[in-house]
Amino acid sequence: MPTLELLAPPLLERVLGEAFQLLETPGVKVQSETARALLAEAGARVAGEVAHIPEQLARAALATVPREFRLFDADGQPRVRYGGEAVHFDPGSAAVHVLDPETGEHRTAVTADLVRLVQVAEGLPQFDAQSTALVCADVPAEIADLYRLYLVLRHSRKPIVTGAFAVPTLALMGELLAVVDGGGESGRPRAIFDVCPSPPLNWSHFAAENLIALARAGLPAEIVSMPLAGATAPATLAGAVVQHAAECLSGITLHQLARPGAAIVWGGAPAIFDMRHGTTPYGAMETALIDAAYAQVGQHLGLPTHTYLCASDSKTLDAQAGLESGITALVGALAGINMISGAGMLDYLACQSAEKLVVDAEAIAMARRLLGGIQPRGETLAVELFASLGHSGEFLGARHTRQWFRVEQHLPSGVVDRASLRAWSEGGRPDTLARARTRVAELLDAYERPPLPEPVEAELTRLTLRAAQQAGLAQLPAVN
Amino acid sequence: MPTDPDQLLLQMTASIVDGEPEDAERLAREALTLGLDPLDALNRGFVPGLDDVGRRFGTGELFLPDLVRAGAAMKLASQILEAELLRRGAVRRSAGVVVLGTVKGDIHDIGKNLVGTLLTANGFTVHDLGVDVPYETFAHKAVDVQADLVGVSALLTTTMVGQAKVIEALDKAGLRTRVKVLVGGAPVTREWAGQIGADGYSEDAGGAVVVAKQLLAGVAV
Repeated sequence: MPTLELLAPPLLERVLGEAFQLLETPGVKVQSETARALLAEAGARVAGEVAHIPEQLARAALATVPREFRLFDADGQPRVRYGGEAVHFDPGSAAVHVLDPETGEHRTAVTADLVRLVQVAEGLPQFDAQSTALVCADVPAEIADLYRLYLVLRHSRKPIVTGAFAVPTLALMGELLAVVDGGGESGRPRAIFDVCPSPPLNWSHFAAENLIALARAGLPAEIVSMPLAGATAPATLAGAVVQHAAECLSGITLHQLARPGAAIVWGGAPAIFDMRHGTTPYGAMETALIDAAYAQVGQHLGLPTHTYLCASDSKTLDAQAGLESGITALVGALAGINMISGAGMLDYLACQSAEKLVVDAEAIAMARRLLGGIQPRGETLAVELFASLGHSGEFLGARHTRQWFRVEQHLPSGVVDRASLRAWSEGGRPDTLARARTRVAELLDAYERPPLPEPVEAELTRLTLRAAQQAGLAQLPAVN
Repeated sequence: MPTDPDQLLLQMTASIVDGEPEDAERLAREALTLGLDPLDALNRGFVPGLDDVGRRFGTGELFLPDLVRAGAAMKLASQILEAELLRRGAVRRSAGVVVLGTVKGDIHDIGKNLVGTLLTANGFTVHDLGVDVPYETFAHKAVDVQADLVGVSALLTTTMVGQAKVIEALDKAGLRTRVKVLVGGAPVTREWAGQIGADGYSEDAGGAVVVAKQLLAGVAV
């Protein structure tokens, strides 16, 4: 399998060496008293809100982290492997806007938008997991996190990349997962929870408590460290990778102290900081470089990895969206990152688009095909075939062709135009957006809601409605 | 050996869908041995298979290699069954009789073969002259088989002038009023087709079928 290794061994050692130094000095801010107590008890020196973590304490935590684990689908089948060389993609998570396919407006996302996106992602084999991709504005913010999990559980069979916005709702999300038998005690986790430190080197009260709660609940956690190179992290890429490593190492230390052996992922969503516009470009090559490098550090430590790539900063489904998403998806795949989130996203991860998702699926298919490489097929590579065909040139009708072309070639959906000029012209000269719309319509047509046992569905709705009512919403928004 | 004719018809269909020429040939012979009507074997056994492949090719479920192998299987089966039909003096109804070939000096045949396969799949009777075909041979064959349409392929800028010469040869043989001419190939454009007085042009095999149907229905294209 082709791989990308950006850090030469001596540089990798320097990154880790400096990261361990940062854990000691200046240390890591930990804004939860419970978390600081856990660290202090284990030997960290705590002064004020800052924990100074000795290298050996962090190393001890690394020794108990599972090197791999799996996420399971609604049927209890393992579908996602965190660890080893596995490469998976899921749609980017927690966008607040959706790109309206008719008007091109970035408008506030509501229930119907998330359901539509989940339905589209469900039919795309390129996505091994769903994500709770949109924050729906038609429910109170207090329940926004669990509400999106509720919607995805009702409309998908796939594993889910999600995250809680507060500790009380995290417990409720754990309850929802237990209802579908994918909770922490099932041994077949359906979902993984993103947890974000605040750069630089700061675990907010919620993030720290979130890590502890996830570990104790047996729910897999995914650290999403997001240094912004030049703004909240060193502008040098290697410096940003050091900060990422320190943030992840401190998170893992806390997490493993809460429950040794709990599943956690070396993940992130770093970016460079655009010095003209003050924005955080996720489609930049430098962002992808930071990602590939930190993933290499994680792999070196034997940890499962995650990142944010295959996203674009464009505001519309244009050439920029295609080139940024496609090129960065390829970098992530070559770097062997276990879970790559970001597909479908525009505008610095603020906006999701089902139409972009189907285009990105083709970029992902290309990246996966690259990983497939070139394999010998059959006893001889070509000699036997020529023995039967001679100079006739009848390859197109040969049994050999029929046997292998589907294996050798990724057969793209209609999103990728490979028609003749005539066929394209007669088809109304569809551009990328038009072809994406057609594909989305096909997927929505083919979608069937996975059957949930009636008591399960009722219990999911009861728990969600109860939380909604406590937040002042009398009824859940209607789902068509 | 199955003796149930319905079972045999299903196997015929499957031999085309699976693209197995040897199976198709064997089943065609079995049909005759068992005394099946050759027209029945064609229309109820093999043709539904080709229809199915054509339809699924159209929807994107099947691909060119599937189509070509199905076409090869169909060709073998229909050779056997049509020979028997001819012996009995029966005639099979056809969407149109087509003479097809790659023009003299040119040995490219992939596009031409695809056109032949798709035309056959759409009910046309196709007489494929192969590659490097002399201009007059198109005309002679068109007379022999009472062709409705002549398809001339050329893949080189140096050989596409031969398409004009085939049209001249058809003219000379007095066929131009009743035989339509369809041209195609990588360098061929609509303008070129107009310039040499061809009746129709298509950029790809799927389009060739559409144009062929329109031409024979008397629609100007």
